[in-house]
Amino acid sequence: MSSAPASVEALAAGLRQVGYLPGSRTALVSHLAVQLGKPVLVEGPAGVGKTELAKALATLLDRELVRLQCYEGLDEAKALYEWNYRKQLLRIQAQSAGEGTAGWDAVQDDVFGEEFLLERPLLRAIASEKPVVLLIDEIDKTDQEFEAMLLELLSDFQITIPELGRVEATTQPVVLLTSNNARELTEALKRRCLYLWLDYPELDRELEIVRERVPGLSATIARRLVEVVAEIRALDLKKPPSIAESIDWARALLLLGADDLDQEVFRDTLSVLVKHRTDLDLVAERVGLRLPARAGSGD
Amino acid sequence: MAAAPHGPTGPGPRQLRQAAIHAAARPDGVPGGFAGQLVVFCEELRGEGLAVGTSELLDATVALDAVAWSRREDVRETLAATLAKSPDARRVFDLVFDRFFFRAAEAEAVRRSSTDGEVAAKLADELAGDAQGDGEAHEAGEQQGGDPLDLDAVREAIARAIAEGASGRMADLAALAIGSVGGAVTDTGVVGVDVQRIRRALELRTDPDPQAPEDDPRREGLPREGIREFEQHLRHELERRRIERLGELPPARPLNQLDRALPTSAGQSLAEIHRVVRQLKRRLNTQGQELRGHRRRTQVDLRATMRASLQTGGVPVVVKERAVRPRRPEIFVLCDVSTSVTSASLFFLSVLHALHDAFRKMRSFVFVERISEVTELFEREREFEKVSQAIGRDAGVADVTGYTDYGRVWREFLEQTEDDLHPRSTVIVLGDARTNGRDPAEAAFAAIAERAGRTFWLNPEPALYWDYGDSVISRYAGHCEVHECWTADQLEGFVAALTGSGPAPEPPRPHRPGR
Repeated sequence: MSSAPASVEALAAGLRQVGYLPGSRTALVSHLAVQLGKPVLVEGPAGVGKTELAKALATLLDRELVRLQCYEGLDEAKALYEWNYRKQLLRIQAQSAGEGTAGWDAVQDDVFGEEFLLERPLLRAIASEKPVVLLIDEIDKTDQEFEAMLLELLSDFQITIPELGRVEATTQPVVLLTSNNARELTEALKRRCLYLWLDYPELDRELEIVRERVPGLSATIARRLVEVVAEIRALDLKKPPSIAESIDWARALLLLGADDLDQEVFRDTLSVLVKHRTDLDLVAERVGLRLPARAGSGD
Repeated sequence: MAAAPHGPTGPGPRQLRQAAIHAAARPDGVPGGFAGQLVVFCEELRGEGLAVGTSELLDATVALDAVAWSRREDVRETLAATLAKSPDARRVFDLVFDRFFFRAAEAEAVRRSSTDGEVAAKLADELAGDAQGDGEAHEAGEQQGGDPLDLDAVREAIARAIAEGASGRMADLAALAIGSVGGAVTDTGVVGVDVQRIRRALELRTDPDPQAPEDDPRREGLPREGIREFEQHLRHELERRRIERLGELPPARPLNQLDRALPTSAGQSLAEIHRVVRQLKRRLNTQGQELRGHRRRTQVDLRATMRASLQTGGVPVVVKERAVRPRRPEIFVLCDVSTSVTSASLFFLSVLHALHDAFRKMRSFVFVERISEVTELFEREREFEKVSQAIGRDAGVADVTGYTDYGRVWREFLEQTEDDLHPRSTVIVLGDARTNGRDPAEAAFAAIAERAGRTFWLNPEPALYWDYGDSVISRYAGHCEVHECWTADQLEGFVAALTGSGPAPEPPRPHRPGR
């Protein structure tokens, strides 16, 4: 295992180095996950850096990131493994063309070898020689049946393949599951995981994140930007802007060369931040009108 | 914490836990040292309704090993990560954590028979204190040290601390406030009452005060959360003083419903209903398996056939067929949201919400005078609060008079679902069957019941009131199963009836007044 940071502070510093600014809670739970080898269930609104956390951890620990994007109807064949039956057929045909009836037993054993196995993300994470970071993204999109299937993997890090037997992890992967809380996950799954609730960051941390991601933006405008975003989040919107959207907005402002946030700039770039028709109206009315009318015309 | 060895003759673990929670400081404390304390802590969490299993307890113990104990925030977060697995659980966890370690600190102080408040305060701070840095708190404390008995100055300092959300300073000021108001407010012995009195004496209000000076935060009104937090500090401080005075811990009480409830107030029962509905789904899925055995149109599974043919040298001797997927139950729910069921509609909506969580093939309607389909709304919105707001606001319920018109509802429902209703579907009506004197239109309801496989009616009124006034539940009872249902327990009863084996039981006859 490449050197895992020994303390929470070291891990937090490491995450900062790779461009992820963790809250204290995030750093602590990540530390626990790495030290204890327990999966982490990360919940929170969309766009607060759940997936980014997995990427950052992978970079920090110098491990490969194996990602399984979940969706409705995801099944074992796409998540675990599948037999490459085309190749199996070819093998059989090649065999029978070459040697006739001879060697049937050999073929039979042969076609259920690892050579004919198509590894899907979960099996890949388990069977990998080097330890990996496994990200199971948006687990709430799957059925409960799929969740149940994950249980063996999450508690024992092993997968049972009927034809081959049990595949056990030789190395301990760091597992992150993310959920947007679209449905309640089962108790059984939760029991096997550590729990981390990621929320929108406080003002200062968000400022730091925006500065980190969009270094070109001036300090004053970045400050104004996160203040406005915080104000918008306080409104009752269908979809409050996430960190990702703050960053996009910062980039847009940088691109436009805006030197202050006035009403005009705000109106022009609002669609970067807010993506519902009704929300747009609400934000324009409640936040937009409070901004200075023109840059430079005084606050 | 004193570590006493487990003796074979000692009291059982259950009694020990109970004793540790409820008894005033026992001279020997809780056995098992920190692990023992952790068990007691988990027991308290369980007492507040959190599902904390032994595996979680073990996780917490192992996890604590991986962090430094010197930082209380780390300990708190570690325990939370392993024990509280949803935002709701986390809210309860925080409350219990504060209470538990506050009591633990006080109990320790009492045990050492130290009546010195400072020791207790120090211990409590060590164990449970606030998230915000204490450095700030000390500074602030010294700043305020000037003239502690000038009530106006104290008022202003508190208002400022609340407005700025500085919780470290608030904790210090709470002690100061009790001291300075103490003369004016007599100690009633009931902490809640005292808190309110002190709050009133301090004139902490959320509404703006135009007479306040220019830069005073009270001019704008104080944030509600801030005041609540300050009250929390007051409460702690008062409890601490009381323990100090009496020399023993008061008995622990479960959390106040108000403290733990969600902002939506349907919180706890919501979780309960979700649990029951999950159970309903499981039962519906497994039930009727024997009926599904008939193979109707089966398809040849080419891949499986190929694979089977490997055993016969590539000749497909055994033809494999695709398994017939069990059909998921289809559910139609009709939910009354008129004024006569206002108190119950929150319950109904949460049932509906939970059903949507569990079933994908489901259509739901709300009705007053006419019906309106809200399936999409439930699919789009996850948060219960938003759903109920949206339904109240713009679900498109043509609510002219606010009175239910069942006849119209049945006809519109039939119209909208005509193609989908079939003998496999289940129709569930949530309503009080109060027609306001209008035509109950049982014939239309009978037509629905006939088309659907099963029809259920959940009535939120106690059975005693059925058929009194304008309730016509018995007119419908002939066509469906009627259940009295206004608590999660009764919902569970309904689930049992719904999925009970054998033919549908005779619907319970509503209590009839002598006619």
